[in-house]
Amino acid sequence: MRKLIIATMLLLSPALLSAAEAVKLEHADIDLRDQASLQRGAKYYFNYCLGCHSLEHMRYNSMAEDLGIDEAALREQLLFGDAKPGDLITSSMREDDALKWFGTAVPDLTLVTRWRSPNWVYSYLKGYYLDDTRPYGVNNVVFPLVGMPHTLGELQGRQEAVFSEPKEPGGEPVITGLKLVEEGSVTPQEYDTIVRDLTAFLTYAGEPYQLERQRLGVYVLLFLGVLFILMYLLKKEYWKDVH
Amino acid sequence: MSAEKTENLNWIDKRFPLTETWRAHISEYYAPKNLNFWSFFGSLAVLTLVIQIVTGIWLAMNYKPDADMAFASVEYIMRDVDWGWLIRYMHSTGASAFFIVIYLHMFRALLWGSYRKPRELLWIIGVVIYLVMMATAFFGYLLPWGQMSYWGAQVIVNLFAAVPVVGEDLSIWVRGDYVISDATLNRFFAFHFLLPFLLVGLIFLHVVALHHVGSNNPDGIEIKDGPKGNRWSDKAPADGIPFHPYYTVKDLVGVVVFLALFSIVMFFMPTFGGLFIEAANFEPANPMQTPEHIAPVWYFTPYYAMLRAVPPMWDSQFPGVAVMFGAILILFVLPWLDRSPVKSMRYKGPIFKSATAIFAVSFIALAWLGLQPVTDLYTLLSQIFTALYFAYFLLMPIYSALEKTKPVPERVTS
Repeated sequence: MRKLIIATMLLLSPALLSAAEAVKLEHADIDLRDQASLQRGAKYYFNYCLGCHSLEHMRYNSMAEDLGIDEAALREQLLFGDAKPGDLITSSMREDDALKWFGTAVPDLTLVTRWRSPNWVYSYLKGYYLDDTRPYGVNNVVFPLVGMPHTLGELQGRQEAVFSEPKEPGGEPVITGLKLVEEGSVTPQEYDTIVRDLTAFLTYAGEPYQLERQRLGVYVLLFLGVLFILMYLLKKEYWKDVH
Repeated sequence: MSAEKTENLNWIDKRFPLTETWRAHISEYYAPKNLNFWSFFGSLAVLTLVIQIVTGIWLAMNYKPDADMAFASVEYIMRDVDWGWLIRYMHSTGASAFFIVIYLHMFRALLWGSYRKPRELLWIIGVVIYLVMMATAFFGYLLPWGQMSYWGAQVIVNLFAAVPVVGEDLSIWVRGDYVISDATLNRFFAFHFLLPFLLVGLIFLHVVALHHVGSNNPDGIEIKDGPKGNRWSDKAPADGIPFHPYYTVKDLVGVVVFLALFSIVMFFMPTFGGLFIEAANFEPANPMQTPEHIAPVWYFTPYYAMLRAVPPMWDSQFPGVAVMFGAILILFVLPWLDRSPVKSMRYKGPIFKSATAIFAVSFIALAWLGLQPVTDLYTLLSQIFTALYFAYFLLMPIYSALEKTKPVPERVTS
């Protein structure tokens, strides 16, 4: 009975399952200083993701400024509908529609790299495989039983899971890898770059000031280093008559 | 001093004891000359409180204590408010820094026997400060309204429900609702804003008590009882030096080192690997979805590990809750548990020294265990370390009285 309860819980809870399997994540190897990469990531995000996933804590114009996109390009290429440059980047998807179509609310992704991790996002976008048992015919090794279809599938192509023999007779087979069975519109190397750009953009979106924070930190520490020498000499001077 | 200045000062001194207070507590307060590394943490605790109050007020200018807006308002501070990210990280790093400083400050008291006569009240006021600080941190942790804020608060408030008879009503009274909700967020914000000012008052009392009995030192010797007369005064203790300028300039060195460590965390690793800001807290609170692993912030985890170590008895979690609160309340009677003839660890015997080392290891081990998911092994380890934590205090009257101590010198050693 206990095993049955545990098995049911595992089936019902994707979060528990992912924790139990502890999938090995691939290293995203992003560079936040590479502005071209961030710009490409933004372009892919606006074309493939924003239809459903908002970035509701970020504004169009502050993003454009950080990524070196001028206002004309912003207005022409990234502002859809009646959005204004100072607006937050919301999505037009309605919550009840999302529940109807995907069985779950569609999360905002401004902070996804902060509560998951950049490597998680990178591995997730590469982790889709064909699975007839799922409503959209795909599953994900990083996020089992995910409700989202493989939006980047036309780029990547279709992957199939490679299973190993079950560890014990009658046990579940284990996924050991994924192989491409149907080519997409880009090569696997190009797809990796696209996913890396997207991950870099989302990592920027999670904390727009992170480069500024580190840059400033160096100066603060240099200042404190000089202050330390002065304070140490001051202390020594005062204390030389204490025996 | 110019004549005009003296005249102004006289005018004030006739109406307010400015010069007198300055002398009694700063320039003619005689502190032992042998204070070492461990004495930095008192002034650092005051500095951290100031950082928390100042950054906290600035955060409150843009924060919205409303369940629908709280999470977004924190991100608004992080992105749209000028220097908002710096103020917010200062506050989140400051919370953890405050606890690190206070834990070291309290451990110093154990090493020097600073809770012993005549400093019992000084110690007790300190433990009250620690309790109020924990309450402040607990209320504050709900405010970002992330998943861990929400579910951490849920777990802690549910502890009150374990109290026999009145528990259920008590937990509803604390929350103001049947679950953690907007009502809870509003009252937690009110208390989180209020309690730091209570802390200021308590710290004032703490310093008044300290200056009345005088500062302890690594030797645990009362300099007031020693010979009199130093370079500054015939009546002052011979082993005392004026707090200002000697300890003000010394504490400044400590302040700079502390600020450097603080800056390394704040500028280069503000979440400190998920210890100072937990990753799950970047997901907005969702009452319908429990996170897979709920762990409080690190400074509460020793007590959380104790709570989980005690199995439910008579169908009730209350024994675990009692053990958890008992672990803090036992600190109040510490002054009367230590019966060693000497104060400082320097002159205590090997049993007391080892007991204190085991106690420190147990506390750190419990902090680590409180962060881990429950397994049979971890539960067993938590039980062992909880027992060791309590044994340190409960057996102290025995081992402290029995043990042979080293002779204490007449004067402080440098």
